[in-house]
Amino acid sequence: MGHSIIEKILARAGERESVRPGDIVEARVDLALANDITAPIAIREFEEAGFEKVFDAGKVALVPDHFTPNKDIKAAQQSKLLREFAVRHQLEKYVEVGRMGIEHVILPEFGWVAPGDVVIGADSHTCTYGALAAFSTGVGSTDFAAAMAWGRVWLQVPESVRFVYSGTPGRYVGGKDLILHTIGLIGVDGALYKAMEFSGEAIETMDMAGRFTMCNMAVEAGGKCGVVGYDQTTAGYLAARPAGSHAAGGGAVVESDADAEYAQVVEIDAGAVPPTVSKPHLPSNTAPASDLADVTIDQVVIGSCTNGRLEDLHQAIAVLRGKKVHPRVRLVVLPGSQQVCLDAIADGTMQAFIEAGAAFSTPTCGSCLGGHMGVLAEGERAVATTNRNFVGRMGHTKSEVYLANPYVAAASAIAGHVATPEMVGAGE
Amino acid sequence: MMQFEGTVHKYGRDVDTDVIIPARYLNTSDPAELGRHCMEDIDPGFVTRVQPGDIIVADENFGCGSSREHAPVAIGAAGVSCVVAASFARIFYRNAINTGLPIVVCPEAAAAARAGDTVRVDVADGVVQNISQGTSHKADAFPPFMQELIERGGLLPYVKSRLGAAGGS
Repeated sequence: MGHSIIEKILARAGERESVRPGDIVEARVDLALANDITAPIAIREFEEAGFEKVFDAGKVALVPDHFTPNKDIKAAQQSKLLREFAVRHQLEKYVEVGRMGIEHVILPEFGWVAPGDVVIGADSHTCTYGALAAFSTGVGSTDFAAAMAWGRVWLQVPESVRFVYSGTPGRYVGGKDLILHTIGLIGVDGALYKAMEFSGEAIETMDMAGRFTMCNMAVEAGGKCGVVGYDQTTAGYLAARPAGSHAAGGGAVVESDADAEYAQVVEIDAGAVPPTVSKPHLPSNTAPASDLADVTIDQVVIGSCTNGRLEDLHQAIAVLRGKKVHPRVRLVVLPGSQQVCLDAIADGTMQAFIEAGAAFSTPTCGSCLGGHMGVLAEGERAVATTNRNFVGRMGHTKSEVYLANPYVAAASAIAGHVATPEMVGAGE
Repeated sequence: MMQFEGTVHKYGRDVDTDVIIPARYLNTSDPAELGRHCMEDIDPGFVTRVQPGDIIVADENFGCGSSREHAPVAIGAAGVSCVVAASFARIFYRNAINTGLPIVVCPEAAAAARAGDTVRVDVADGVVQNISQGTSHKADAFPPFMQELIERGGLLPYVKSRLGAAGGS
């Protein structure tokens, strides 16, 4: 019996000949990440435990992105802890406001993640980097503190579930719809503790932005990680990373054996997946966007670590260009990085958003978790390209979030209710 | 030390970390302050009802969502001694073991328990006794590695001993 890509990566990082699901390895960490919410606890624990230095000043990333630019005094105090720790330990991967972006957008963009890597992050959406044929997973602050000192993380090798997406997705269907549809199919704990391996024709033809979106939401199915095999699309993305970056080296490419053992194989006809929306209050509560036109909305959020890449903004603008945001609706754009902003300026995307009536933010997690930049009032509803629609996620406990792709979010912003692009005249 | 007895606070499935400790309170990591807002968005009366030593019992996938360690910290700071669930979301599970919040996986005990019941949990032996109902259920055993982490009081003491054995860092 062969091995899955995740088993091979963890065997290598755990310095074992081979591993099987259920084995516990103490894996070498290629990159350990935390943010302005999770790092303060870790820093306190690291110092209280008496650790004096980090295992490798080049392999610890601190990204203040959640409540930054600092939304209040308490948030400012937390960011200050990160900044001072980064200076004290001469961390090479501390990213300051004005140069930073949303962690899961910039780590790949800066070339800090390569195939075959083991990345842990004190943020649940760290699973994003599986799109680069790496093992990456979310952990807590204590794991991050331990990894800073030890350079390792304990991991139980997960079973892998293979998802095979056949066919060609429809015109306004992307990675977001495939992953929402999948979560709807298997439930929010349908892949609990497991690795979700995404494959098939629809993945092979998908760009990196779509693959990042799919791996990003593996955690919403309970998954330990998402992963996509290395191919020409991966290679092309890596080749465009900054010269001299870790990823530009290519990494240690491994792939699943043809006879790898899977806990389950799930086949999905991507051509039959409609633009999909997750209704409140679970990502698994899915419905076709076209069925929800009677849901009126107050706000639309486009961006985040899930859909904040340039390709996502382009999808939204393809629907929005030349049209106006509905007078009753606020459209907030949360771009993923400064580079996304610069590119969006250079090609006119940012101007088109602003002309349509959008508030275009600096990169931040912001309203995705009800922090700032678009918190919802009692009774308000939002369509968002973010990743969670739990009770109170974007603000008041009696507000609602509908998760969608950027095309649907833009169409909804125009219509003032959940809408497909066709409903607002796109593609005619 | 790994035995707890208390009153049950019962919840359903998919209790997420956003309702255990809402993000609007994550601009602090002070345990006492986090404890004051524990379960606020799913059960606003929880913090006034909870007594030291009480036990949270929930159905599947407890602690799903964000990786915030503020969730187990808030639960512990609110006075809860132990969480029993049919299953835990994986990051919450890690965080509990790493930080020393006692948890027990026991679908039968979770299904049977009602709010207000008195239960006694022996984490080491993996037994959940429902005193009110006069029943007893065997919990899933932790793998030996996790047992060791639990016995050492969490991940950082374990790492310290590992690094010590390797000659320090």
